Amino acid sequence: MRQVELEVLRYHPETDREPHFQRYRVECQEEWVVLDALNHVKETLDPTLSYRWSCHMAVCGSCGMMVNGEPKLACKAFLRDYQGVIRVEPLRHFPVERDLVTVIDDFVAKLARVKPYLIPKDPPPEAGEYRQTPAQLKRYKQFTLCINCMLCYAACPEYGLIPQYLGPAAIALGHRWNRDSRDGGREARGEELAAKEGVWECSFVGACSEVCPEHVDPAGAIQQVKIESTVDWYQEHLMPWLKK
Amino acid sequence: METISTDVAIVGAGGAGLRAAIALAQADPALRIALVSKVYPMRSHTCAAEGGAAGVIKPDDSLERHFDDTVGGGDWLSDQDAVDYFVREAPKELIQLEHWGCPWSRAADGSVAVRPFGGMKKQRTWFAADKSGFHILHTLFQTSLQFASIQRFDEYYVTELLVADGRCAGLAAIEMRSGQMRRFDARAVIIAGGGAGRMFPFTTNGAIKTGDGMALAYRAGVPLKDMEFVQYHPTGLPSTGTLLTEACRGEGGVLLNRQGRRFLQDYGMGPETPLGRPVLKTMELGPRDRVSQAFWHEQKKGNALSTRWGDAMLLDMRHLGEKTINERLPLVRDMSISYMGVDPVTDPVPVRPVVHYMMGGIDTDIDAATSLPGLYAAGECACVSINGANRLGSNSLTELLVFGRRAALSALEFVGKNAARPLPASLAEDARGRIRELMQRTGGKETVAGLRKEMMQAMEEHAGIYRGGEGLAAACEKLGELRRRYRQIELHDKTNVYNTDLLQALELGSMLDCAEAVVQSAAARKESRGAHQRLDFPQRDDRNFLRHSLASYDAGGAPRIGYRDVVITRSPPGVRDYSGGHDE
Repeated sequence: MRQVELEVLRYHPETDREPHFQRYRVECQEEWVVLDALNHVKETLDPTLSYRWSCHMAVCGSCGMMVNGEPKLACKAFLRDYQGVIRVEPLRHFPVERDLVTVIDDFVAKLARVKPYLIPKDPPPEAGEYRQTPAQLKRYKQFTLCINCMLCYAACPEYGLIPQYLGPAAIALGHRWNRDSRDGGREARGEELAAKEGVWECSFVGACSEVCPEHVDPAGAIQQVKIESTVDWYQEHLMPWLKK
Repeated sequence: METISTDVAIVGAGGAGLRAAIALAQADPALRIALVSKVYPMRSHTCAAEGGAAGVIKPDDSLERHFDDTVGGGDWLSDQDAVDYFVREAPKELIQLEHWGCPWSRAADGSVAVRPFGGMKKQRTWFAADKSGFHILHTLFQTSLQFASIQRFDEYYVTELLVADGRCAGLAAIEMRSGQMRRFDARAVIIAGGGAGRMFPFTTNGAIKTGDGMALAYRAGVPLKDMEFVQYHPTGLPSTGTLLTEACRGEGGVLLNRQGRRFLQDYGMGPETPLGRPVLKTMELGPRDRVSQAFWHEQKKGNALSTRWGDAMLLDMRHLGEKTINERLPLVRDMSISYMGVDPVTDPVPVRPVVHYMMGGIDTDIDAATSLPGLYAAGECACVSINGANRLGSNSLTELLVFGRRAALSALEFVGKNAARPLPASLAEDARGRIRELMQRTGGKETVAGLRKEMMQAMEEHAGIYRGGEGLAAACEKLGELRRRYRQIELHDKTNVYNTDLLQALELGSMLDCAEAVVQSAAARKESRGAHQRLDFPQRDDRNFLRHSLASYDAGGAPRIGYRDVVITRSPPGVRDYSGGHDE
């Protein structure tokens, strides 16, 4: 057992004019994660604390929050990695709905804009599946692993400055479909991905990839889209005869 | 009260709800679809399913074999007409997902790969590494975004169905963000609300799996079927209950007791198979009920390994090698290291049985229809029933696709035949009144956390892998008491915005109703079948219990338990043989 002190940002729009911190002292098991400590607070100390969580295995993406200033999944932020007071805040760059609960409407709308679904290159086979070799699968697999946890948006300085920026996860998810051997929708997605507020807003800080709990490497996706759209531009303007 | 008018309202936006929504949108683009969920779709618990989805695809397999494995695996409590429909539709649905871009793992020739799974005599489990449910959910969610007619209501908690003139015609829901009640008028409703594993303290289930969908239908008068059949998955991490997929064993992992013996051979699942060469439908590829029960016996014999989180066995995957583990079981490796500090590449991982899945649920027929006109259900919250007394791993992901679509088509047909009828305004007002009463109640002696803990204790103690008459009687008593005390609950948080104290109180109400149906049905079933094992009635009793239990809600007391015969078409009840000696 270990005594842990949590400093949690509280904000309730009905009663608070400003957010404030509240301290909780919790008896914790050594192997606990920050989420376990919050659950303990909720159950035994303060039922009014609000936050999202569900799977406790880093796959549902609900419990993203700032832990000591870094975007983390609370279910994968181990207490053993922290000393002293642990400060827990809602994910940066998002409006706070209440306490640790943020408003993620912006991302949800942006995700729809990148057309994150198969735009078939060829109609599906009459019987059975499209053929896709393991090598073809590997070309996009990594970008399918995004759990929409929003840590990359909280880490991205550009998103903080320019809220219109499409952002790392939405770009990676659009790019995922572009790289799928079954897909023919790259041009349709280009309107969003290769737009000014798409990849060109990114200044390649790379923070998104550093904080990604699933190793999706959205920064890599963004650079790939930049290269591809540059090639497209040159082909279109300098070698128009190549265009189909 | 703000009213949303729609044609079909779907409660729950996991695999079944999304599949239903897409089927509706494709069938009739003019249809208005309201997808109402207490969480964003991608948070739904479908995302946590790991191993894969079963469907016959390879030339050495057949629909009959999938049927036989499923019916035998379910200890003959499955309705065989439903299983027939299920195995026939299964490959179509999995191919449909492929055509929508699901990143299924592939064989070298580019066809989809399949892997062995427990209780299946052929390799027929499609998979996407060990994140199959995650990829199914995200493929469905992202695909759904192209249909403008699917209107989502994310983070809306449905408090009750609105029923008028014997027909389900809408629902009342709280918009979490504002705390305001909304009324949905719908010409048909589909419930796809998931399971209820959170009734138990040790479960693979996420926090959201609180039986809300089941409770909605139950309170509206639809029976809950076969609720006593609760699946324990044999391999959860003892520290957190995190699931390590059955695919660990499908790929060749083995289970050891404290002495290092592959003990399943001592429980009718031998003889021992060669290490690293798993044989289908025997030893570690036995069904979940049998494997979990074998552990219970080992524990009684003192052969379990003791850990600081209680008794465990060892899941040994070392012989698979780092490359296979990384390719096929990356999540398993990550979870084992993160939550247990054990790397399966170098050490066996301690595991123990953990509550995983509800075979029982809302009583539906083969068309996913309930006894309440206008109300349909699909996915884990429903009991159709294909899973009988024990579900085979990888049938449930397929089930939510097959019956999610089926529910949509049935609802569509109903909408086509039945004109909308206006709902009396008083129904939704009454629903709001009930929430208001709970919010404003003062002087209550009970707390959400307190009652929840007592419920979990009773379930763990009396409704586990093995059950006894006395324990079940005590659990029935306890659940009745908890349901009465629930009316004395007082919330600490009486505000509107994202009030999780309120949300948890409502979820507890759902769980208590479901839990009572579990223990009452279990007490009444005086036999042992599949996942329901009675120490005082150790034999299967086909004469008296080849029947589905039906628990009917009673607001003031315990549910009435009735029965309905199982549909047997071509497989008479037989012996479940996992001894490895079967054909070929």
